Amino acid sequence: MKPIYFDNNATTPVRAEVFEAMAPFLAPDGGFGNPSSLHTLGQQAHAAMESSREKVAALLGVADPGEIVFTSCGTEADNMAVIGAAFAHREKGRHLITSAVEHHAVLHACDYLEKEHGFQVTYLPVDRFGRVSPNDLRGALRPDTLLVSIMAANNEMGTIEPIQELGAICRSAGVLFHTDAVQSAGKVPLKLKDCPVDLAAISGHKLYGPKGIGALYIRRGVQLHALLHGGAHEKNRRAGTENVPGAVGLGAACAVALKEMSTDEPRVRKMRDRLETGLMERIPFVFLNGHPTERLGNTTNLTFDAVEGESLVLALDQAGFTLKNDALPGLEVSTGSACASGLLEPSHVLKAIGVPMERIHGSVRFSLGHFNTEADIDTALDIIPKVVDRLRSLSPIWEDRQKEKV
Amino acid sequence: MYSPKVMDHFQNPRNVGDMPDADAVGKAGSPTCGDILRLYLKFENGRVSRATFKTFGCGAAIATSSILTEMVVGKTIPELKAITNVQVAKALGGLPPIKMHCSVLAEQALKSALEKR
Repeated sequence: MKPIYFDNNATTPVRAEVFEAMAPFLAPDGGFGNPSSLHTLGQQAHAAMESSREKVAALLGVADPGEIVFTSCGTEADNMAVIGAAFAHREKGRHLITSAVEHHAVLHACDYLEKEHGFQVTYLPVDRFGRVSPNDLRGALRPDTLLVSIMAANNEMGTIEPIQELGAICRSAGVLFHTDAVQSAGKVPLKLKDCPVDLAAISGHKLYGPKGIGALYIRRGVQLHALLHGGAHEKNRRAGTENVPGAVGLGAACAVALKEMSTDEPRVRKMRDRLETGLMERIPFVFLNGHPTERLGNTTNLTFDAVEGESLVLALDQAGFTLKNDALPGLEVSTGSACASGLLEPSHVLKAIGVPMERIHGSVRFSLGHFNTEADIDTALDIIPKVVDRLRSLSPIWEDRQKEKV
Repeated sequence: MYSPKVMDHFQNPRNVGDMPDADAVGKAGSPTCGDILRLYLKFENGRVSRATFKTFGCGAAIATSSILTEMVVGKTIPELKAITNVQVAKALGGLPPIKMHCSVLAEQALKSALEKR
């Protein structure tokens, strides 16, 4: 029985169109050339890279493909934006602003700048839905602020940040604005050329492209220090022989996303909404974490009270075993519980929106994608209440809840 | 990540439930930390005759609770006092290093039951 995959914010499968576009560049007798080489093979690889750059630029709504730099992943793109901007503009000041709900690719880069290089970082709080307030940003700006970095949409709860407004504040203050667009690229339309955004990071494997490739949009004229030093690749902005198959895959994924977003997004959103309301109707004591409306259409983060998230993830993964019915497929989801993280740290995102610790431990993220079907939702709505019931039957907290009700 | 034995005890937990006539009740953990174990013991002729549990926690916490209820049956109080978290983890075929604290939770619940007896 094929499992039902609801973890598309963690990673997505490579789409067939993407795989086919990449294959000629991976085949033993294929286009293995180095784009820096002047011979025909090299120039073929070069042309493929440039054509992919155009496709990435088109998805991001960027007029000039020269503003796109390929990186090895979303994390590298975020690091390049944050660390590269800090080093290039340290004459202006030592202050950066970000939010408490950013991905670790931004948070830990900021942490590194604070600890190792004497920068100061302000971490803006968010409201109970995970939104940064424009007024808080205005209040945090200083004459020595060199960069503001706020994500376009949150990976854990899907909350969409008011990027247009936040960027405009930075623009009028003359401060660079970076956005981690890893989760929103391919899910919501972006038109960066009309946005007050200077830097934006994306990742291949979050939009049905391969792993090992990302990109950073760098608005023309914005100076960054490079993270990697070596050859003159990517116009001296990112040294290292280009990942040609990866870049071709990212380009193909961007082209598919641009073509299908307007039909795919509402279809996925409809399924997500049916899953979310269905679970809330069928299971008592379920809470939504994140913004009810200003949210990615594929994501829902729910707390199942009195159940611990790691055990729920395991039990759903082996739903057939859990419910003693081999005909049932497994459900693949993720959790913000500390018990599921390698460091036993609960989700910093859910902490930042004020979810009590006990409820963070019971949080589960369902992130849908292109390959989900209405039948998946029917099956999930059948399986999940039964699995939650089973775990609650083991839970002393649930026992207490029942007593409270009486 | 988990051994087959851990998964077996997680998916088929033994001796789940409350025990209204328990002779000893042990508690460990807190909801803030993400795990709570309640252990119930019934004694007959100085030995544990029945043990049950209820646990809120991760797969390892549920599995350690389950195996603990098997390990304690037939034991005298001095024998119960000698049970360590390492023995609990070993009985499950080992636990991932970051999950060893779940076996500590089991030992604490047992100790708490014996203290309150």
